[in-house]
Amino acid sequence: MGKKRWAVPDEKICVSCGACRKACPREAISIWKGCYAVVDGEKCVGCGICVKTCPAGCIEIKEEET
Amino acid sequence: MKKKHWYDYLWIWEIIYFTLGFFNILFAWLGMIEFLLPLLIAIIGGNKAFCNNFCGRSQLFTKIGADCKCSRNRPTPKFFYSKAFRYGFLMFFMTMFANMVFQTYLVAAGAGTLRETIKLFWTFRVPWGWAYTAGTVSDWVAQFSFGLYSMMLTATLIGFIVMVLFKPRTWCTFCPMGSMTQGICKLKAR
Repeated sequence: MGKKRWAVPDEKICVSCGACRKACPREAISIWKGCYAVVDGEKCVGCGICVKTCPAGCIEIKEEET
Repeated sequence: MKKKHWYDYLWIWEIIYFTLGFFNILFAWLGMIEFLLPLLIAIIGGNKAFCNNFCGRSQLFTKIGADCKCSRNRPTPKFFYSKAFRYGFLMFFMTMFANMVFQTYLVAAGAGTLRETIKLFWTFRVPWGWAYTAGTVSDWVAQFSFGLYSMMLTATLIGFIVMVLFKPRTWCTFCPMGSMTQGICKLKAR
């Protein structure tokens, strides 16, 4: 049994600049209709690079037992 | 490795733009592309492809701030990405833009005279006369160039300051164009 980690952006704070999308090494992030960032939970490995990049600090890493 | 696209090099365009304006202020008009294109993409396409892919300024901040490690990389203070500040700054910026257009109008109407200066941070006048030979074009065309170049340079300088202090792309959190295009996209997506 392992742990699944993935990034969760806060759509209320997100400025949809796309910095996270550019930084993501797995191309797991897209900007939904220019409104906010959306993370593809399938692709995301929870590395946290986007968390460090986001200028609005709106991304959190969530963890869950699988 | 992710594939590099042609638009990943638009930070070079940003440097070219400011260099051209240093030698001939009339090139400042090219800045209208950076002003109208994001709006058109947001209004017609309903997305932020400009911010996400084509913005040379943000790429320059990433290049210098992240790749050249010229940023402290500290969290941006909450204040900067609060709705109040973002929309307040947008309104302030648009007011200043309208003021700049009005100055251009005054010169066109003959009520004002052309001032060959760049105004930084909407306060400090910097002589810029070498970049323009009087009489080359109508005075108002030159006046608008000086005004637009001032705005572009001020925006970039503020961006650089917050890049050094906080994250490379902190400017993006309160960029007037970003706030405006996101606002349009949110209205469209409803």
